[in-house]
Amino acid sequence: MSAVLPPHGHAADHPHDHDHSHGHPTGWRRWLFATNHKDIGTMYLLFSFAMLMVGGVLAMCIRAELFQPGLQFFNPELFNQFTTMHGLIMVFGAIMPAFVGFANWMIPLQIGAADMAFARMNNLSFWLLIPAACILVGSFFMPGGAPAAGWTLYAPLTLQMGPSMDAAIFAMHIMGASSIMGSINIIVTVLNMRAPGMTLMKMPLFCWTWLITAYLLIAVMPVLAGAITMTLTDRHFGTNFFNPAGGGDPVMYQHIFWFFGHPEVYIMILPAFGIISAIIPAFARKRLFGYTSMVYATSSIAILSFIVWAHHMYTTGMPVTGQLFFMYATMLIAVPTGVKIFNWMATMWRGSMTFETPMLFAVGFIFVFTMGGFTGLILAMAPIDIQLQDTYYVVAHFHYVLVAGSLYGLFAGFYYWSPKWCGVMYNETRGKIHFWGSMIFFNLAFFPMHFLGLAGMPRRYADYPMQFADFNAVASIGSLGFGLMQVYFFVFVVIPVMRGKGEPAGQKPWEAAEGLEWEVPSPAPFHTFETPPKLDVTATRVVGY
Amino acid sequence: MTMTKTLLSTASLRQRLAPVVLALSCALATAAQAVNDLPGGPAVNQLDLHPPVTQIAQQQHALHHIVLIICLVIFVAVFSVMFYSILKHRKSVGHKAANFHESVSVEIAWTVIPFIIVIGMGAMATRTVVAMKDTSNADITIKATGYQWRWGYDYLKGEGEGINFLQTLDYKHRVMSDTGKPAGDDYLLKVDNPLVVPVGKKVRIITTANDVIHAWAVPSLGVKQDAIPGFVRDTWFKADKMGDFYGQCAELCGKEHAYMPIHVKVVSQIDYAKWVDGKKRELAALADDPSKEWKLDELVARGEKVYNANCSACHKPDGKGAGPIKALDGSQIVLNDPAMQIQILLNGANNGAMPAWKTLSDTELAAVMTYSKNSWSNKTGKLIQPADVVAARK
Repeated sequence: MSAVLPPHGHAADHPHDHDHSHGHPTGWRRWLFATNHKDIGTMYLLFSFAMLMVGGVLAMCIRAELFQPGLQFFNPELFNQFTTMHGLIMVFGAIMPAFVGFANWMIPLQIGAADMAFARMNNLSFWLLIPAACILVGSFFMPGGAPAAGWTLYAPLTLQMGPSMDAAIFAMHIMGASSIMGSINIIVTVLNMRAPGMTLMKMPLFCWTWLITAYLLIAVMPVLAGAITMTLTDRHFGTNFFNPAGGGDPVMYQHIFWFFGHPEVYIMILPAFGIISAIIPAFARKRLFGYTSMVYATSSIAILSFIVWAHHMYTTGMPVTGQLFFMYATMLIAVPTGVKIFNWMATMWRGSMTFETPMLFAVGFIFVFTMGGFTGLILAMAPIDIQLQDTYYVVAHFHYVLVAGSLYGLFAGFYYWSPKWCGVMYNETRGKIHFWGSMIFFNLAFFPMHFLGLAGMPRRYADYPMQFADFNAVASIGSLGFGLMQVYFFVFVVIPVMRGKGEPAGQKPWEAAEGLEWEVPSPAPFHTFETPPKLDVTATRVVGY
Repeated sequence: MTMTKTLLSTASLRQRLAPVVLALSCALATAAQAVNDLPGGPAVNQLDLHPPVTQIAQQQHALHHIVLIICLVIFVAVFSVMFYSILKHRKSVGHKAANFHESVSVEIAWTVIPFIIVIGMGAMATRTVVAMKDTSNADITIKATGYQWRWGYDYLKGEGEGINFLQTLDYKHRVMSDTGKPAGDDYLLKVDNPLVVPVGKKVRIITTANDVIHAWAVPSLGVKQDAIPGFVRDTWFKADKMGDFYGQCAELCGKEHAYMPIHVKVVSQIDYAKWVDGKKRELAALADDPSKEWKLDELVARGEKVYNANCSACHKPDGKGAGPIKALDGSQIVLNDPAMQIQILLNGANNGAMPAWKTLSDTELAAVMTYSKNSWSNKTGKLIQPADVVAARK
């Protein structure tokens, strides 16, 4: 981004660069050999946006086919490939790397560190994503097409897939390795590289949520790797972990997968909580309410996430005690999540709010994410879930928490921090158009899915009874609009700020923003905090070096 | 948005909203052909769960409404506070920020109160969970087996014991789907053989599967149970009302996932007894003697039925296949290699992409192979007798 595009601009505006002879590579070497957290963060963000577009095109194909009953464009096999790849690409290609991009950019700036702890491993963890993404997307062109077993890759359907299944497994292994390396980097950076005076309990919540997320990743990515490796050996090497024909247990796959899968959904939302916790106080001009309880709530969510996995499996036929345990444990998650929502509202209460785009997305996040939270509570209740399991209600639910949750959190973060990254303000009108357009089309796309699910329309269906036609048509129109809003966002908001078009941003463009990232110039120079800063007592201001 | 949703769940609001929905559907003109509610299946633009016909479904309904109302009350209350704050506590109206940022008592309150609420909600559901799982003392036990892509039923215990049949989507619906010209209120829900059960009797459904995981689901009966290959699971229902009730496979099971509906016909005790009687007679008549020598035209006529019910979804009615699905029309194996063809039908091919068809009878397999040898541009005049299949099975 322009922050770093003029590679020599930084020396002048950074008074503490004593020895500035060490340059950095230019041209393609700068990116391929990147060890700078800002460059790597930028690459992560661009990569994830590209994957968002690929996954988005797949979503458009899905919605085009479902616009009307009957098959118009794709055969059911290809349709299943689309739903599978849409899920895999959005989860592993778009949302997760986007948060890592934010972590790379912001964690060193927020804790007063010079860079990430392991700069070269950081490079590797990014560059691993490129071959992984190529293999994953390239699986469409393999014999038999892309995997079509759903993003959850349930056995034994995966055992019937063509060679692309192996490609997808390989790609997910690489992405998992990348995630684990990224997590190690974040944990070590946060625990060891904080500026003196930045105690853990003074650390911005974004760092906290990422610290917890990184632990979750390290705990569960190997579990996923195990599950898909067992799938691989079942497919090729004669093992029978999940193959019932050889005495294997397909349900065991689901237990292992969801032991990964449930923490995974918190991996995708906790960093967004961190971003929102930075934005709400800045635009309410009031300190975050209940910082300590926010940290505890995040930790509780993370711990609870390990004991609720089987709520994805109520219909597999669990013993009654199992269903009861997982139902109660799942519903408990509503408590710490509620605490977070209440804390944000208490922060807004009697503040002095303004509603620039970051705040709009943050408030929109709270509003719409909470709806997803409530449908989650409804789904957690086993008797109701028997009706709703594997219907469009579930699709509506997880898009409310993943799109209106994670993605809105990312957008909020982009609008909030892009002045720091690029040195210019985004166009406020366009930001508002992006917000309102996204909000309206999102609800148009996904709200009708609640009705479809209640009426019993199963998910992953290429065709459906005629009674479901109207809501599907509305959903398709909404999703097309939502997709176009994201193209608008990239063309009319992201590209201009990357090219440095717009009002120059001050060091602290937001009146009441707090934190060390606002203590360095905009755009943030290539090197920041090369010597540890001296901090004031709140650890939000630099008082010297 | 969510407010509308609660209100929608009550009947009065549904009526109030009807014109809006109607206007929308007219504007979109998606329903080119008129479609009506399907009793026991989905209603047009249905907004809530299906009308329940079992106690369990009734309880699921009630629970859903209670929980939805609790959620909505909380949602409206909490977000009224937020929107009040958004309106009043903004800089543009001159509001100055207060300075508080901590309160232990408030934090404890909004941890403990939600805790009590969710435990209360869980307690309400517990009774239903226990009831759902109690499959003991069933009057009739039926095994439902998921196949790619049809359901097989075996009446294991109780009146009707010994009856078994397959339940397949009417192939005309599959053709309508392919051609993009859907029609009818029961589109994609019409099957050849409905599962017939008596009203007011506890029916235990044992599920399993032959290939991949399927799920046996009928919303009106409040039942959804995965059918897992290599394992048996069970569920139950006791229908309080007679009628036709529809469901669809609910677990992704491959390319024809959307085309394996479930149709349960709940009839009176008397009609059930009649049905059992008729079905048993029919089964006895259908039990072909595999040593019978068939004539070519008889076998082709029988084979066409088997083909349409089992093969045409993938290989297409014209035998041309599509994409990775091999064409039968002009295929060397079909034309010249009967031994290979029998092997493929019995054991499957391409790693299960072509499933094994062992479950079809010897006569059915012989008939469908003979049909393929004498249809479309295939004019071999050759036939395969059931005895050939019997020999190959050994």
